[in-house]
Amino acid sequence: MFDSLVASSKVLETIDERLMRCGVSRRVFLQLCSSLMIAAPFALAITDKKTPEEVAAGLGKVIRPPVIWLHFQDCTGCTETLLRTSHPDLGDLILNIISLEYHETLMAGSGKQAEEALAEAVEKYSGKYVCVVEGAIPTRDKGIYMRLAGRPAMDVLADVGGKAAAVIAIGSCAAWGGIPSADPDPTGAVGVADLLPDKAIVNLPGCPPNPYTLLGVVLQFAASGTLPELDEEKRPKFAYDRDIHEQCPRRAHFDAGHFVKQFGDEGHREGWCLYELGCKGPDTHAGCSTRHFNEIPDVWPIGIGAPCIGCTEKSIAFRVPMFKVIQIHTLAAPPSTYAPIIAPQGKVSPIATGLVGLAAGALAGAGYVASRKFSTAEADQSVPGSGPPGDGGKTEGGSKAGPKASV
Amino acid sequence: MSPAINRRQALLGIVGLGGTVTGALAVPAMAAESEHPAHPVAAPDAVAMLYDNTICTGCKACMPACNEANGLPPDTALSGGLWDVPADLNSKTKNIIKLYREPEAPGFAYVKRQCMHCLDPACVTGCPFESLKKSDWGAVTWNGSLCIGCRYCEVACPFEVPKFEWDHWNPKIVKCEFCYGRLHNNEQPACTAVCPTGAVIYGKRTDLLARAKDRVAASPGKYFENRVYGEYEAGGTQVLYLSKVAFEKIGLPKLGSTSLGHYATEVTSVIYKWLSGPILVACVLGAVIKRNWNRHEAERPEREKKTGLRDQL
Repeated sequence: MFDSLVASSKVLETIDERLMRCGVSRRVFLQLCSSLMIAAPFALAITDKKTPEEVAAGLGKVIRPPVIWLHFQDCTGCTETLLRTSHPDLGDLILNIISLEYHETLMAGSGKQAEEALAEAVEKYSGKYVCVVEGAIPTRDKGIYMRLAGRPAMDVLADVGGKAAAVIAIGSCAAWGGIPSADPDPTGAVGVADLLPDKAIVNLPGCPPNPYTLLGVVLQFAASGTLPELDEEKRPKFAYDRDIHEQCPRRAHFDAGHFVKQFGDEGHREGWCLYELGCKGPDTHAGCSTRHFNEIPDVWPIGIGAPCIGCTEKSIAFRVPMFKVIQIHTLAAPPSTYAPIIAPQGKVSPIATGLVGLAAGALAGAGYVASRKFSTAEADQSVPGSGPPGDGGKTEGGSKAGPKASV
Repeated sequence: MSPAINRRQALLGIVGLGGTVTGALAVPAMAAESEHPAHPVAAPDAVAMLYDNTICTGCKACMPACNEANGLPPDTALSGGLWDVPADLNSKTKNIIKLYREPEAPGFAYVKRQCMHCLDPACVTGCPFESLKKSDWGAVTWNGSLCIGCRYCEVACPFEVPKFEWDHWNPKIVKCEFCYGRLHNNEQPACTAVCPTGAVIYGKRTDLLARAKDRVAASPGKYFENRVYGEYEAGGTQVLYLSKVAFEKIGLPKLGSTSLGHYATEVTSVIYKWLSGPILVACVLGAVIKRNWNRHEAERPEREKKTGLRDQL
């Protein structure tokens, strides 16, 4: 069987042919098609069907897309999530559906052998392959902080990415820099889109992202040569159009005001809302709340009681502290609180009323006394001669007359 | 230099000009009485909303929809920035779902409050600059460029609907305007469009009134007093209510069937008839001034003698 696989790797075959050759059962393939329909339900022509059989029929005729997978500053978590799909069969299957030409973690060869395989694949499928990038690219000091086969990572990306038909940046690191770009960012890490601005790029941020999103994008590209509709951060809308908070399984607790105050408290054990622990769900666009990982329900951060860290959002992940409570921007009226018929009015305490009354009384009294004093003083001044000399225009004449008369 | 007009000419001019202006103002004021009949009749194209609190589930979908359609921010003052929970209609809330709970029994009822769009609105009658206006299809709209911020509308409205934007340097009057812009785009108001149960529906006033009466006729005893609130209240409103509990309990005041604008013009038409009120006030004031003047004149010689100076007045 190994010989036949080696022979088949020389030519690109359809997914059906490949699966048959590898002895993958139809049942497993239909399982994958169902998962794909759930993970990428809309906006993808290949999964926009009524039954998994129809998806399988369409998918089977697709030529296996050649994929070159580059690793830069990463933790290999995105690769791990691809391999850790719960059924071992499915992990294998994904690798059978795409034709993985070069992948540092998964390939058997190493050193010179591996680099030859890369050069051969790039040359053979130039302009046809999909380049998947995992990890951020260091740019400071001419990119010397990472070298592959003697070349800086920047050059490898420019070479391999430049000849690709499409580039998929998987994970937050490849999307905008991710963890390596967090403060103090010693290597000047950036994402793929910063270095290949003119290329057709799809960002799949997440730490890690759902592997079915990758599969959906790659298969859509293989089937029709098009990329799915993207949002302003180049994320495919079918997976990143809604925020976590909108469809969070714990949303009812948010609306009811049931918040976990501290890890392990009563509310945490009851599965209440994690907002006050710093959950970034309300500001994070991703499909996690409806499409969990490893095909097991509740396998995702909030599902296991950890607040969302906003890993798909450039402005939040690795920038806003994990447990910092965020401001909510998408407010809805919660269903459990209602205004009363007569709105509560603020009450004025008797002491305050008394104090204000006293102050007002004192002012009024003072005003009255002052006006009395003022009017008596005015009456005194109105009598001529009683005021001091040189007091006013009229009395001035009188006072001048005084000294003259004395002379 | 041209000879200056003397004091007498100036006074005459002022009085003449003032009289002309007053006369010009008095003419529309007198005509207003016929504009405010005791029982106004809805225009044939008048639109309406019908709210039935036996159908409303209190989902409050209408509140964010209203905020979105009108560009209003959520009111989070009571919730510490988490939820939109206004305590009442206010400068950030044109539409609100309130809850009435029976004090003893377990009963409850929702009520949706917004502008009632009266057939003869007291706010429009009270507005001195026609900033509030009965517009097309009977929607009561507010024109900010004419508003002087006197808040007469807030005082005049029997439903306590217009709200003043206290926390702004250039405050607006905020009230439901029947989604006037949406009506012009042939869309129904945001709240009726979004209501999932049909508790609040939109249509012509005559149609909705007939529908409301059908509902009452279909199940007698279900609705309070077997009648539609808003058919005659305050001369009739363009928002109609059906309720399972007393209207007063859900905050809809008991009002007569005479339009409030009519009451107002009844009073003003007596006071301002032939300008009798202002003339009477002017006569009284004139008499007081004359009396004081005479008193002053009588005392003058004595005062001048006492001080040795000429009296200044």
